[in-house]
Amino acid sequence: MTTTTIDHAVRRVPAAGGFNRRVLRIELLRMLRNRRTVVFTMVFPAGLYFAITGSDTTWDAPVGSGNEAAYILISMALYGAALIAAACGAMVATERALGWSRQLRLTPLNPVAYVTMKALVALVMGALAIAVVNACGVLQGRADMPGSVWIEAAGVTLCCTLTFAALGVFIGYIVPGENAMQLLGPGLALLSFLGGVFWPLTEGSGLWHVAVLTPMYGVAEVARSPLTHELPWYALVNAAGWLAVFVAGAAWRMSIDTARV
Amino acid sequence: MTFTDTLTTARPATGTAHAPAVRLAGVTKHFGDVQAVRGIDLELQQGEIVAFLGPNGAGKTTTIDMILGLTRPTTGTAQVLGLEPRQAIARGLVSAVMQTGGLLKDLTVRETVAYTASLFADTRPVAEVLSDAGITELADRKVAKCSGGEQQRLRFAMALLSDPALLLLDEPTTGMDVEGRRTFWSAIRRDAEHGRTVLFATHYLEEADQYADRIVLISHGRIVADGTGSQIKALASGRTVRATLPEADTDALTRLAGVTGVEVRGDSVLVHTRDSDAVARHLLTHTPARDLEITSHGLEEAFINLTGDAR
Repeated sequence: MTTTTIDHAVRRVPAAGGFNRRVLRIELLRMLRNRRTVVFTMVFPAGLYFAITGSDTTWDAPVGSGNEAAYILISMALYGAALIAAACGAMVATERALGWSRQLRLTPLNPVAYVTMKALVALVMGALAIAVVNACGVLQGRADMPGSVWIEAAGVTLCCTLTFAALGVFIGYIVPGENAMQLLGPGLALLSFLGGVFWPLTEGSGLWHVAVLTPMYGVAEVARSPLTHELPWYALVNAAGWLAVFVAGAAWRMSIDTARV
Repeated sequence: MTFTDTLTTARPATGTAHAPAVRLAGVTKHFGDVQAVRGIDLELQQGEIVAFLGPNGAGKTTTIDMILGLTRPTTGTAQVLGLEPRQAIARGLVSAVMQTGGLLKDLTVRETVAYTASLFADTRPVAEVLSDAGITELADRKVAKCSGGEQQRLRFAMALLSDPALLLLDEPTTGMDVEGRRTFWSAIRRDAEHGRTVLFATHYLEEADQYADRIVLISHGRIVADGTGSQIKALASGRTVRATLPEADTDALTRLAGVTGVEVRGDSVLVHTRDSDAVARHLLTHTPARDLEITSHGLEEAFINLTGDAR
């Protein structure tokens, strides 16, 4: 039996705190192999898009520099990306419950490198969810907006998904185990309704006054702003505010948690 | 700290052979009002196999966590091979195998090992580690589909990836059958001969006695005994010397140093003592005693005596 030995005296510390592509690849594969995640975050939002815009009306009324179908397309892409980012975030807490975080702390992996890799995975998965809905929109042909708006809206949507990755981490730490996604799934659907992702809100209505305070409202307005060319100040405050709240919440729960791994 | 310097500059270090594998100096750990560790001084030499024995709540896990750098001592210092624990971890010099958890169920065995391997600067080849742990055939199986024993072998494969100089094991053979346990310990011993230090926490007193070079007994956050299995046993409850000696002079026997009790049963005399050699020498040279027998108490008894925990 041959056994490789490594001289103790010449041990090195890994570059970049252990950040590496092999982990990114395995983490992405894990997410893609989870059928439930893929169905709920990619197939479902795309299905919703078809269900809404596939009806008899043509959804061709102009909205900003595009049409209604484009408006709905961006909304659905945001919904899917937010869901999958939340799922990625919640996995951090699940892994902690499984003792995997403790196992990782017995390796040279730096916590910052770990969080960075997890955030990257959430972003790549979010980009994939956005791409799926957008591809469906292109194939169907009802959504209409200039090419630059397609790209700009998708990019802005992707940035907005980080809010929900943080929310996922936060909720994952509060709700133990795999129940987190069972709360996040319906919870995000409800917030999407409230925030005008599934249906445009009537400005000034009773519901609207509640909606502008909820976490989906701000990011939805921001994500659609390349199309609508409208971005009220309170939407921007909403988006920034909830990002801060969720990041702070996630950081707070994580710091309590690592006191005793 | 010349050893630290040579390691960080990655030159061959002659100091490696001299730095203790573990050095705890005046280590305490408080969690709020709870004193988990009340002051531990411990030095482990390279190549030693040491059992960490103690009842639940004695401070074993907290002490191991401090050696691994998972928690910081409230006071005192912990060093591993002359380095800060986290520095030793970052260089793959320390590994630990936990009893449960620590695995992702949706990864395959190979993915788990490859994932872990990618986090170290230097590792042994994944295929070699899988083969050593006897899990090559399971490589493409999901962790969730592996039995408890197979998962344990996977944990070992992960721990041995970085060819660690110090290996910490928490109840390593729980759930193993007799044959598995024997194979396991012969592999551990082979590695120790090449200089690897092994510290294992255990409830199996037999196991500590049988496989450890040294037993460190811990109770209520303090080390209460530290020595070989036979030293620990002698220390706690001593030995019993039994001899055939009609009309024994029990007073003379009681006066011998270390004697804790003398019983007469017919023609036989039983002397309980901490120094069985002295009693034996006295019996054989100063009395007509014959059929001398020396027995030691089990480690179980020693354990209860020393930790003061009647169970």
